[in-house]
Amino acid sequence: MSRNPLVREVPPTSWFFRHPRYMRYMAREITCIFIGAYCVLLVVGLQRLAAGPAAWEGFLLGLRSADSIVFHLLALVAAFYHAATWFNATQKAMPLQIGEDFVPGNLISGAHYAVWVVLSLVVLFLAGVF
Amino acid sequence: MSNSPPRSQPPLAAPHGGAAASLGRPGGSSERIVQLEVLRYNPDTDTEAHFQRYEVVCQEEWVVLDALNKVKADIDPTLNYRWSCHMAVCGSCGMMINGEPKLSCHAFLRDYEGVIRVEPLAHFPVERDLVTAPDDFMEKLKRVKPYLIPKEEKPISAGEYKQTPAQLMKFRQYSMCINCMLCYAACPEYGLTPGFIGPAALTLAHRYNQDSRDGGRAERQEVVATHEGVWECTFVGACSEVCPAHVDPASALQQMKITSSIDWIVEHLIPGGKSARDTASREDAGDIS
Repeated sequence: MSRNPLVREVPPTSWFFRHPRYMRYMAREITCIFIGAYCVLLVVGLQRLAAGPAAWEGFLLGLRSADSIVFHLLALVAAFYHAATWFNATQKAMPLQIGEDFVPGNLISGAHYAVWVVLSLVVLFLAGVF
Repeated sequence: MSNSPPRSQPPLAAPHGGAAASLGRPGGSSERIVQLEVLRYNPDTDTEAHFQRYEVVCQEEWVVLDALNKVKADIDPTLNYRWSCHMAVCGSCGMMINGEPKLSCHAFLRDYEGVIRVEPLAHFPVERDLVTAPDDFMEKLKRVKPYLIPKEEKPISAGEYKQTPAQLMKFRQYSMCINCMLCYAACPEYGLTPGFIGPAALTLAHRYNQDSRDGGRAERQEVVATHEGVWECTFVGACSEVCPAHVDPASALQQMKITSSIDWIVEHLIPGGKSARDTASREDAGDIS
């Protein structure tokens, strides 16, 4: 009997429709587009700031447009989802062993959420919100 | 498909297609007609695989493997599949069941409704029907040196290599792998990039790297810290979700990414930094988690 194995190719552009877990993975990856776009927006803002008061005012006016507000809302949701997936992943990447036992994973992820909240409050404080 | 009268106990067929036998048992459990849709491929005559439907009278408490054994014993002796222990230990009977990588001896019929689609493990070449070729995995397993490489050889007279319970717990879960390859069937990276060393082999590398008696991390890094090693992993996490032995390959790979990154920083960015080969000698039981 000869060997004649059959290779079943993985469809390169539609494999993630095979299972919800792959869709969740792709959702996590796609959030990067919004994070990247927001970083570009911040760089453009810095460039406008350096260009003088008139350029900065024009930039601020653009931020108040309906398109800008929709983008910011989408970017905010994407940033929350992105952050949550990675904070949840920290318990896998950084397990902590004390003696014979491992610290429960939700404590490790929870500590990251706590630091996130504290740093966010510090940023808001520095921005003069409080 | 015709069926023989139902029996109350799973048909006992020898692995790899030997003669089948069955034992009677006083009734009490409920019967159910199960529709199996099984992928068939004959390498001698087929150029494509096709699905074949079987109607099987099963007991409610049976697993998919029992239904396949019943098919082979009573309906179609040409059906090929692997199995051995029937108790989720040997790792032989991995298949795609309704698209999910499962041990067929651990997939209970009561958890499925309607037609149950049974296919060979994804991402591996199909030898015949549900039998896949594990050659690629076996080759990759060898490359990560999944065995103890002692830090220093001791004469037998020096006694055993001792280990504390805490040192054992550091790697114990990773030693539970049964090489069933379900994680490879779940990993889209392996499906798309066959060169990827893959979850189980890399996890076994981590298992030995974490062992206080081992000194072989530097040798394994030559395979682990490469594009085909941990850096091909994009942390889908499916490997850990499907593992029947509750090993967490995704965790092992992310930990290895961190240690490999530290190696790179030490070697390239710190003046006088030592290479991964040198740092490996520092890695004893307690310094990397």
